[in-house]
Amino acid sequence: MRPVSIIGVGCTKFGERWDDSLRDLVVETGVAAIEDSGVTGEEIDALYVGNMSGGRFVEQEHIGALIADYAGLSRLHIPSTRVEAACASGGLALRQAFLAVASGYCDIVIAAGVEKMTDVSSGVAADALAAAADREWECFFGATFPALYAMMARLHMRRFGTTRDQLSLVAVKNHHHGCLNPISQYQTEITVEDVLCSPMVADPLHILDCSPITDGAAALVLAPAEIAKKYSDTPIRILASAQASDTLALHDRRDLTTLDATVHAGRSAFQQAGLTPPQIDLAEVHDCFTIAEILAIEDLGFVPKGSGGKAVEDGMTALSGALPVNTSGGLKACGHPVGATGIKQAYEIALQLRGEAGKRQVDEAEFGLAHNVGGSGGTAIVHIFSR
Amino acid sequence: MTSKAPRFWRCIPQRYNLIGTHCHNCGEYYFPPRTLCPNCRRDAKIEDYKFKGTGKVVTYTTIYNATEDFDRMTPYSLAIIQLDEGPRLTGQVVAAPEEMRIGMRVKPVFRILGKEGERGIIYYGTKFVPAEEEIR
Repeated sequence: MRPVSIIGVGCTKFGERWDDSLRDLVVETGVAAIEDSGVTGEEIDALYVGNMSGGRFVEQEHIGALIADYAGLSRLHIPSTRVEAACASGGLALRQAFLAVASGYCDIVIAAGVEKMTDVSSGVAADALAAAADREWECFFGATFPALYAMMARLHMRRFGTTRDQLSLVAVKNHHHGCLNPISQYQTEITVEDVLCSPMVADPLHILDCSPITDGAAALVLAPAEIAKKYSDTPIRILASAQASDTLALHDRRDLTTLDATVHAGRSAFQQAGLTPPQIDLAEVHDCFTIAEILAIEDLGFVPKGSGGKAVEDGMTALSGALPVNTSGGLKACGHPVGATGIKQAYEIALQLRGEAGKRQVDEAEFGLAHNVGGSGGTAIVHIFSR
Repeated sequence: MTSKAPRFWRCIPQRYNLIGTHCHNCGEYYFPPRTLCPNCRRDAKIEDYKFKGTGKVVTYTTIYNATEDFDRMTPYSLAIIQLDEGPRLTGQVVAAPEEMRIGMRVKPVFRILGKEGERGIIYYGTKFVPAEEEIR
């Protein structure tokens, strides 16, 4: 295995992109990443694209060939592969691209992610997303995604005394970060009271505890670290890439307030990087719901189990805190185009480590972590990056 | 629910009568049924087992915003229930939201779970209600 670096990044504006199709979003972000890296089409050895459900959202499968085609690369016949792990599809695309370069099989590889979610009604979108849960033994009985996380939240509150206000503070913080990020879907501050006054979705979770339906795409260009400087003055090293699986259904988990897939992927990533959690300067974690960010910072080892809510309340995860979490606005405010999210997380960390994050820049950031979850925790993917 | 008839029919034993499996080798019970025991894998000795259906609520939520198939039923309560034999499952509890609590005892009832429009399949299966020892 050889060291791998990110030499180019791109990300579209996230939001309800009524005027743009899935292919428009891919072209926009692909061109941005390729221009940022300075590679030519002829140099690209492979493409990986994370996409959860083109079939349900835009009735389009075969996304691998589609993106190579619309990126203008069809005449070069570059192998292009779509990967899927529900909401962790983007993280998985990055990991596949990383493995291709690290193994020595490829040199220049594109890792992209895309989801176009607003071409269907919100009911159809919710049903497509529910396919990441166990269709036969959860959804059939009326489970929804917010309901699964609501059940984790209720048990976490019962066991550890996590409060309703602590959940709200995750959303308040991430909306604040979103206001500082030009690509963020939401650019509005919210208060704890706004969260509590928003409609109930699945008790105890309100609509403002939930990540939104979003259109968006992101892309990264990867290269062997030894030639990265040829393309970029500020290449970002991928120190670790880890992936873990768990039961598909929430009810089969060892513990309903821990995502064991996150625990295992996190441990493996820290081991690969030779780092410990306190050495991380900032993290993008999978906050599909407010409770998910609390679970993530616990399961990744940043705080002890049960104290995630308190850490948020104490400001540890704020931009000025010891560990700024979700400086992009997270899934909650920046938006959650499911297949693109894992790539956007790496994009945000890369900008921060390059010192290009503008108003939300974390001072002297050296090490960053990205954590992407599929479904209610059936898949977790963790990457660690350095300057 | 986008099921076609065979997809529903093959789950009837499990959904109507809570038939799961039991591994004779390690003694573990599985619902929904598994034909490969994660403890014993190829050493497993799997046989069908009919669960009593009684158990307790481990955690729950009341759903106010559902997918299209369940939209007309909101609000409804959904729980993860630990059966007395050990395994956990996800199911609806027919009870007012304010009656729900962690640890409450429940028992199974046979109910309509959904319909495929006016002329399609009617889905039946198991829901749960507070057990008598709860109501008392």
